[in-house]
Amino acid sequence: MIDRDARPLLELSQTSKRYGGVRALEGVDFACSAGSIHAILGENGAGKSTLIKIVSGVVQPDSGSMRLDGQDVRFSNPAAANAAGVVCVFQELSLMPDLSVADNISIAGPPTRMGLIDARAQRRRAEELLASIGCEDVNPLLRVRDLPLSRRQMVEIAKALGKRPRLLILDEATSALTNADVTVIYEVLKRLREDGLSILYISHRMHEIEALADRASVFRNGRHIETFPMGARSHGEIVELMIGREISAQYPTRVTRPRPAPLLEVRKLSWENRLRDVDLSLGMGEIVGLGGLDGQGQKELLLALFGVLKGVSGDMLIDGKPALPSSPVDAKGPGRRIALIPEDRKTEGLMLPMSIAENLCSASLDALSSGPFIDPGKQDVAVAEAIRQLQIKIGSPADPVATLSGGNQQKVVIAKWLMTKPRIILLNDPTRGIDVGTKQEIYGLLRVLADAGAAILFYSTDYDELIGCCDRVAVMYDGAIRVELEGDAITEQALIASALNIDTASTPALEHAS
Amino acid sequence: MSRPTADWLIRLRQNTGLASAIALFLAFYLFYNIFHPKGFSTPVLVQNADEAIALAMVAMAQTIPVLMGGLDLSVGAVMTMVNCLASHLVIGSPLQIAFGIVTCIAAGAAFGFANGCIVVYGRIQPIITTLATGAIAIGIALFLRPKPGGKVDEDLSWALTNSLSDFAETYGLFDGGKAAWFQPIAWIPAALVLLVLVILLIWVPFRRTVIGRTIYAVGSAEGAAFMSGLPVDRAKIAAFTLSGVFAALGGLFLAIQTSSGNADLPQASAYTLNSIAAVVLGGTSLLGGSGSAVGSVFGALILRVISFNFRIFDIPPLMQSLVEGLILLAAVSLGGLRVLQVKNRLELFR
Repeated sequence: MIDRDARPLLELSQTSKRYGGVRALEGVDFACSAGSIHAILGENGAGKSTLIKIVSGVVQPDSGSMRLDGQDVRFSNPAAANAAGVVCVFQELSLMPDLSVADNISIAGPPTRMGLIDARAQRRRAEELLASIGCEDVNPLLRVRDLPLSRRQMVEIAKALGKRPRLLILDEATSALTNADVTVIYEVLKRLREDGLSILYISHRMHEIEALADRASVFRNGRHIETFPMGARSHGEIVELMIGREISAQYPTRVTRPRPAPLLEVRKLSWENRLRDVDLSLGMGEIVGLGGLDGQGQKELLLALFGVLKGVSGDMLIDGKPALPSSPVDAKGPGRRIALIPEDRKTEGLMLPMSIAENLCSASLDALSSGPFIDPGKQDVAVAEAIRQLQIKIGSPADPVATLSGGNQQKVVIAKWLMTKPRIILLNDPTRGIDVGTKQEIYGLLRVLADAGAAILFYSTDYDELIGCCDRVAVMYDGAIRVELEGDAITEQALIASALNIDTASTPALEHAS
Repeated sequence: MSRPTADWLIRLRQNTGLASAIALFLAFYLFYNIFHPKGFSTPVLVQNADEAIALAMVAMAQTIPVLMGGLDLSVGAVMTMVNCLASHLVIGSPLQIAFGIVTCIAAGAAFGFANGCIVVYGRIQPIITTLATGAIAIGIALFLRPKPGGKVDEDLSWALTNSLSDFAETYGLFDGGKAAWFQPIAWIPAALVLLVLVILLIWVPFRRTVIGRTIYAVGSAEGAAFMSGLPVDRAKIAAFTLSGVFAALGGLFLAIQTSSGNADLPQASAYTLNSIAAVVLGGTSLLGGSGSAVGSVFGALILRVISFNFRIFDIPPLMQSLVEGLILLAAVSLGGLRVLQVKNRLELFR
């Protein structure tokens, strides 16, 4: 028997890639072995994406060579990589929304009979693959369009597993998953490792990497900095390697202070069967977190408060006056001044082909106009101020926003709303798929905004974030707020317990009157 | 957690466009037959079928590029071109007729193939490509038939534009159409059988090929289709090629029906525009990704039934365009009713 660790499954040597003038990858040597979960760490723009794009055949390197199982390979497209057993689950979903789940899972190599796709065999295959990752509840006939984001991501993983990979690459594949799904995926990945697969795992969530990976490689500025067995480096050391500077505290310090008078009050807010009598209040200078498992009504609550949903019942008061908005136009208007940082920045946050400047101004055009015309002078001043305030790294404000990295794109979305001078800021998972450095800047910014008097409602799927950032956390379950945690009572244990709707006597929680 | 939904309900929900097109057609056609002096009779059905088949074929031709998120402005022109070609070739000995038919279909396929290659390798948008190549097709048609004329084999023309019993009689099949088992189906128009055969032999299998699915995938999310390693370029070329084949079948039938060729530019444009209307009526999304050619066939039938109704109600010709437009708008709005039920307005943009 050959020792699996003796020879790497995948080896890259002296691999470089440039995009225009930007060095994305520079002389990288990298190897990973069979039977291993190998984490790739680095900030956005460190070269992780380029590395996996090269390995999975999406882009071709300018120089360098790649060996798979000792054989020289060069993948001219993703299909060639798949054929060689290299399969990638991309951060941007690769599903076709109008096709059914079964169609999507078998999209590349559907089972055929007499040359035609065998719908029944395809469906069985989808059911088996979904069952293997604990998704029996997804009917393969459903269109992907009709599934929630977390289920889509699971379909994406089922699709990748269906290709029987030797090297499986997961790029932020868990960022949209519910915690229950993540647990299942951990088990699946560990089983696959036992089966001798090599898994490249890219995630910004440190605790996931610690729980899963046996090796880790750190990338910075397109270079491979170091590879080490998991556990050989402390958390602090890893972060230091990633950003090349020392980080003292990840979250801004929380000062306990008396609860302010409410600015926004929500009473018995209901919508369809997704929101049930939600009561919540938000004071000036407060950051309130929304917790709970994915899909318990948090997103709907934010959308309702922003006037996106029709048929909402219940009251919403601002300064004690009824203020339920009927549309986003209404919500951001002078009486309310609400901003919503949406869930999906690529479809709801940005107009990707338009310039950075145009995107930044898009929510505050009224203020930037003289009569019917947009005032270029005012626009330039406002854009420069926004870029300075959020330290957005750009070439020119006239560049398309699509050219920015994920973290900087998210900064543009936030800056765009700050330009409307909002009093109430709603955030829907704003740090999803964003690098550590940008995350910290966002945390700091939220505190600065709160201190300046804004009321912030912040939905996050990351418990650490809720613990580190929020003055209070409202945990939702089945469309209602189950529990509100405050100050030191915001612990991971309490968050998980209330998210699962478990009544533990030891949970030092303020039971919500409902 | 919501209860799992039954499979048939899911399928119905995903095909509401097709279902409502069928319902609308049946309603209009029932109405027409009730008020027609000779309603519910074979001659009426045969005449209706003959007038509707060419548009049904062209609507199928339009469906495939639309599913891919494109638009083919050359379908009417390709139909006209093949119509002119057929008026030269589909005559003579049985062998010559067979050769003529094959050549006509091949011409449409070749034209569609060229469209596909220009779109894929020239990286030009389908709508512009086909606007240009459509003009070329009309040019070829005018070259082939500077003046309306030509001739198509009379037996074939008679057999395909009448009922199955006439078809059997013409070619001496089934005891000249007198076989006892044949009687229950003898009244069916031959043209209708031809349409069903085209659907069953071309569209239904095609939809179950990898190329067919790739066309839906491209219309749904082209980037994702590429990243999934699907043959995107090949599927695009195949889509336009198949579109050319359907357009050619439309032109061929038009030639057989009129027994002549006519390089009629206004007619070509009308067919192209009507084909887009038929596609929309049939429940195919203009954004691509969902819908089917069968829906478009019913869309075409709806358009034709509207004009049939004009005849029996003596709507003045000057009013017809206006009324047709209003009915079309109303029908398409029915499909838009869904929008009123959407409670999360973000979903309107998806």
